[in-house]
Amino acid sequence: MKKSFRLEDLDCANCAAKMEAAINKLPGVNKATVSFMAQKLILDAEDDRFDEILAAAKKEISKVEKDCRVLD
Amino acid sequence: MKKKQKRLLARIVVALIFFGAVFLTEKLTALPDYLYLILYLIPYFVAGYDVLWKSVRNVAHGQVFDECFLMTVATVGALIIGEYPESVFVMLFYQTGELFQSLAVEKSRRSISGLMELCPDTAVRLGENGEEEEILPEEVSVGDVLLLRPGDKIPVDGVVLTGESALDTAALTGESVPAEVKPGDTLISGCVNLTGVVRMKATAEFGESAVSKILELIENAGANKAKSEEFITKFARVYTPAVVLGAALLALIPSLITKDPATWCYRALIFLVVSCPCALVISVPLAFFGGIGGASSKGILIKGGNYLETLADVKTAVFDKTGTLTRGQFQVSRCLPAEGTTEDALRTLAARAEYYSTHPIALCLKSAAGGDLEPPETVTERPGFGIQAAVDGKTVLTGNAGLMELEHIGYMPAPEGATAVYVAADGVFLGCILLEDLPKENAKAALDALKAEGVQTAVMLTGDRPDAAKITAERLGVNEVHAGLLPQDKVAKVDALCKAEEKKDRLFFVGDGVNDAPVLTRADVGIAMGALGSDAAIEAADVVIMDDDLMKLSLALRIAKKTRRIVRENVIFALGVKFAVLLFSAFGLANMWLGVLADVGVAIIAILNSMRMLRK
Repeated sequence: MKKSFRLEDLDCANCAAKMEAAINKLPGVNKATVSFMAQKLILDAEDDRFDEILAAAKKEISKVEKDCRVLD
Repeated sequence: MKKKQKRLLARIVVALIFFGAVFLTEKLTALPDYLYLILYLIPYFVAGYDVLWKSVRNVAHGQVFDECFLMTVATVGALIIGEYPESVFVMLFYQTGELFQSLAVEKSRRSISGLMELCPDTAVRLGENGEEEEILPEEVSVGDVLLLRPGDKIPVDGVVLTGESALDTAALTGESVPAEVKPGDTLISGCVNLTGVVRMKATAEFGESAVSKILELIENAGANKAKSEEFITKFARVYTPAVVLGAALLALIPSLITKDPATWCYRALIFLVVSCPCALVISVPLAFFGGIGGASSKGILIKGGNYLETLADVKTAVFDKTGTLTRGQFQVSRCLPAEGTTEDALRTLAARAEYYSTHPIALCLKSAAGGDLEPPETVTERPGFGIQAAVDGKTVLTGNAGLMELEHIGYMPAPEGATAVYVAADGVFLGCILLEDLPKENAKAALDALKAEGVQTAVMLTGDRPDAAKITAERLGVNEVHAGLLPQDKVAKVDALCKAEEKKDRLFFVGDGVNDAPVLTRADVGIAMGALGSDAAIEAADVVIMDDDLMKLSLALRIAKKTRRIVRENVIFALGVKFAVLLFSAFGLANMWLGVLADVGVAIIAILNSMRMLRK
């Protein structure tokens, strides 16, 4: 399943790159893209565990930038 | 400016004033050192308290190579070794760079959201008794009757029921001439109704309408990253730790040897100031984003930075013939009357003989003759050959060469390549009329423009007969023709062409998006033309040209090349300056002022350079 989410308060391009790298390392993620310019997370992950993976991805995001929030 | 940016600006200004005042005080007075430190700490905290706070928080999360943390170490380090003004200045200037960057990014985002403005806010549904009801575009169902007043955006795709109007399609196609619509015509969502009141019937829901597809495409364009963007983020991942390691070594080893830790620690701190990769990381996607935004305002939708990057390397342009290079319909191209007949007489006679026929060729003949035609007295079909008609008492034959031979009429064969209609009256050959699928008006100019942009080979693929294809090719200056192809042959051909390419060269395929989705997918870059209203084309193609203006191909190439040039300039410039500063500071030739000026200055210049892509 592939879904895109808007990111709020994503302030630095390098942070976006770090988030992307971290989320791509999560198990079950086929491909994740964090676009700084579009302020978006596009997550392609296993269907049956999508919510769980999304939660883990959110965690990675706030680890890199505390104020950045994922809007569903 | 957003609230956050205004606040940062205010902080920078206040800190700058304080900084100036303290700097002057230090020069003019001779107070104890710790008092200056306290004074300098005021602008330092005003400018950088959030950086300090963030770095503490990020280190708690294990993010050691975070830019805030690096800045904190650099400035605190400078304070410790007694370089107070440097420390404050680094923080101040760093924040200025941050503010500038966020303004630039916001500006370029807004330019893309100019496109987003084509998104309609409301729709007016008409009830059975004509009552008007304002609803959201998402609430429209297929079959609803909607009212469009002048100035309204068309909320969903549909057809005109009653009323005539002009539409502004500029937001979608970049075309400024309004399009006229009348009952029965298709309406594309996102266009603006200009002049008349129109009742329309919805033929698609909002999510399936052109406007949603286009918005989705643009929104997701950032996800397809260009290679140079990936390179730079990967580079940044190595660069920062490497420079920090360099700083650590620089602070330790020479200090032990020379016993002069202050000097070497200071040099190491400059390293930390320059270690922040954000400017580099931002300038590349910013340029691509700007390129995509600039192209979209011209009616060229590019699905990602990777395609924009590939376009710059295109050396081979592959075209579908019918409907792409040509108009896709037959037209009378020439009249070749036999001796004793005029072109007009020939055209009129042929058109009158074909009066009752609805064959496409007959329709062409009739429209070429124009005016009011008198019907023939009798008509007999000659299946497989043509028509025999009695016109003004004469027996007129119109049809192919076979008909002439069958009737033993001596005729002049038409030049090869075109479809010819032979005309004879009472057994005498009067001439022939040539029909062709003519190239679009600007096709030749478009191909020439492509060649000027570095395209070396133009290839035409067609299902047509080779002789007809060859003539079109010669007319347009196409280098290679492959005729008589079935749709699956076209895929194989493009596949072969892709494989035959030189290492770095790329090709694009241009089609109208009808039946050529697999070819669009196979090509390095698949371009669909005239895609306004064709979902399939928008989905299959990498680049979508909304109208069918072939000149936009060279424009797309030009934008791609400009983007690539800007990206290269930024990368080389930013890296060059960073390495120069590293080198200078390692040998003690640079100070912290220069370090942060170079670093933030480079960032601002790279961003300004990228912003050039937004200019029209």
